[in-house]
Amino acid sequence: METYTAMRHFADSWGLLAMTLFFLAVVVFTLRPGARKAAERAAEIPLKED
Amino acid sequence: MKFMTETIVLALGAFIALLGAAFAQDRLFEAHMWVLFFVLLASTLFMVRRISFAPAVAAKSSSDDDGYFDEVIKYGVIATVFWGVVGFLVGVVVALQLAFPDLNIEPWLNFGRTRPLHTSAVIFAFGGNALIATSFYVVQRTSRARLFGGNLGWFVFWGYQLFIVMAATGYLLGITQGREYAEPEWYVDLWLTVVWVCYLIAFLGTIMTRKEPHIYVANWFFLSFIVTIAMLHIVNNLAVPVSFLGVKSYSAFSGVQDALTQWWYGHNAVGFFLTAGFLGMMYYFIPKQVNRPVYSYRLSIIHFWALIFMYIWAGPHHLHYTALPDWAQTLGMVFSIMLWMPSWGGMINGLMTLSGAWDKIRTDPIVRMMVMAVAFYGMATFEGPMMSIKSVNSLSHYTDWTIGHVHSGALGWNGLITFGAIYFLVPKLWKRERLYSIRMVNWHFWLATLGIVVYAAVMWVAGIQQGLMWREYDEQGFLVYSFAETVAAMFPYYVLRAVGGGLFLLGALIMAYNVTMTILGYQRDEAPIPGAAPALQPAE
Repeated sequence: METYTAMRHFADSWGLLAMTLFFLAVVVFTLRPGARKAAERAAEIPLKED
Repeated sequence: MKFMTETIVLALGAFIALLGAAFAQDRLFEAHMWVLFFVLLASTLFMVRRISFAPAVAAKSSSDDDGYFDEVIKYGVIATVFWGVVGFLVGVVVALQLAFPDLNIEPWLNFGRTRPLHTSAVIFAFGGNALIATSFYVVQRTSRARLFGGNLGWFVFWGYQLFIVMAATGYLLGITQGREYAEPEWYVDLWLTVVWVCYLIAFLGTIMTRKEPHIYVANWFFLSFIVTIAMLHIVNNLAVPVSFLGVKSYSAFSGVQDALTQWWYGHNAVGFFLTAGFLGMMYYFIPKQVNRPVYSYRLSIIHFWALIFMYIWAGPHHLHYTALPDWAQTLGMVFSIMLWMPSWGGMINGLMTLSGAWDKIRTDPIVRMMVMAVAFYGMATFEGPMMSIKSVNSLSHYTDWTIGHVHSGALGWNGLITFGAIYFLVPKLWKRERLYSIRMVNWHFWLATLGIVVYAAVMWVAGIQQGLMWREYDEQGFLVYSFAETVAAMFPYYVLRAVGGGLFLLGALIMAYNVTMTILGYQRDEAPIPGAAPALQPAE
């Protein structure tokens, strides 16, 4: 198979799947129970100084 | 001895530029190398006067290694204001050139040369300096660490100014590789690559040496902007120069691959330069100015990842109904429409940060400016995906509607959020109690907003009329209008556009005056804004 076709097939199969799963994992991780406290602390960072 | 190495490097650079001019393969390269030679020579002479022959120990104690590296940010803010005024002025000139073709003064000030001068001046000189200055400011504050790399920040700033000067003089000389938003030729591109890598090192190094355990979300946006622009710049500018002492180069790509590469670059320059970077500003300066944390930090993280994953695929929507494969066009369209979600998520997050402090829109013109910026972000990112839908695009593409869309994003979102950041930064950096005049900020706000509204509304009417005229057939199947007729019909709109741009420029001139007077330490004697606290100043 020529390189272009091989890369295209990889991109719209495993590549797409991997990126979608990564994105979903990020969303789940961000919204996990217990993340609220950490997020509230992080949101205060700019207001702490000067 | 302070500045010894810097001066020698500059002198060597000037000498190499002189050699470049002497052995140039073509007239344009020779002229451009003369420009470079005189710029570097002037810099060398300036540095010679600043060399300090004091012993190394004494010299070291005089420099402040404690605290933040703010000196370069001051330069960055001044450069932003300066290039902003220049870029807007050139914009008004090119608008007038379109309305009155006699203003095309051959050969250096033709529309074909002043147009990239305008786009690069506003995007890269005004926007780029704003991004470098604010990212340096934000990354130090939110990491609680001094900017990494000692004088590297100075190199990034001055190296970037040299890039701007070389790009701008190149356009006027007629040196271009004809790639949208990436017109500079190969040797200027190489220089920008060096500067950009140093920018990445300074920024990333500061994050690595941070004392704050968490990396604040604004820095995520800034970092994604720096990394992605590096990638886009290198791939889009892959080219083989004809001669190492000549201007001409040929792209590594050809045909439709080249077109797609250019719009993959072009659209992501919008997505990562003008969106991600400026969102970094939004996520820092809006919370600071209203003195409350961002509405939802978790939404900001999802905003970030959604933007990163989707923007990169949207480029093909610039190539609807071309030789690009149909599936790629559809892919670009679908991802553009999906971008509605992160865009509006981000807009809601920015606006809702004001919840409980909505009165500040009435009492603080700087907050009003930032809110209007976010509102324009929402409007432009609603309009953009709509225009990427193929059937809409068949009407809007190649018309002035596109230009109107770009300007509601660039003037409304990028311009206003930058002005807000400048008004926040100037009193802080120069340690002034407040700006010279708050009422002038109000004037700037209304002039800028009115200018954008006039510009965008006029371009909608012009673009839709243009698109309808182009596609109108009579009952026998002939086109009703010749192209020249559609151009002539645009005249009133082009004049009105210049009026809108002129209002925006006027606002920027008021800002330049206000910023200058603040830096010089004056305070205008004026009545406070009704309803505001007696001494209105940025939140401490």
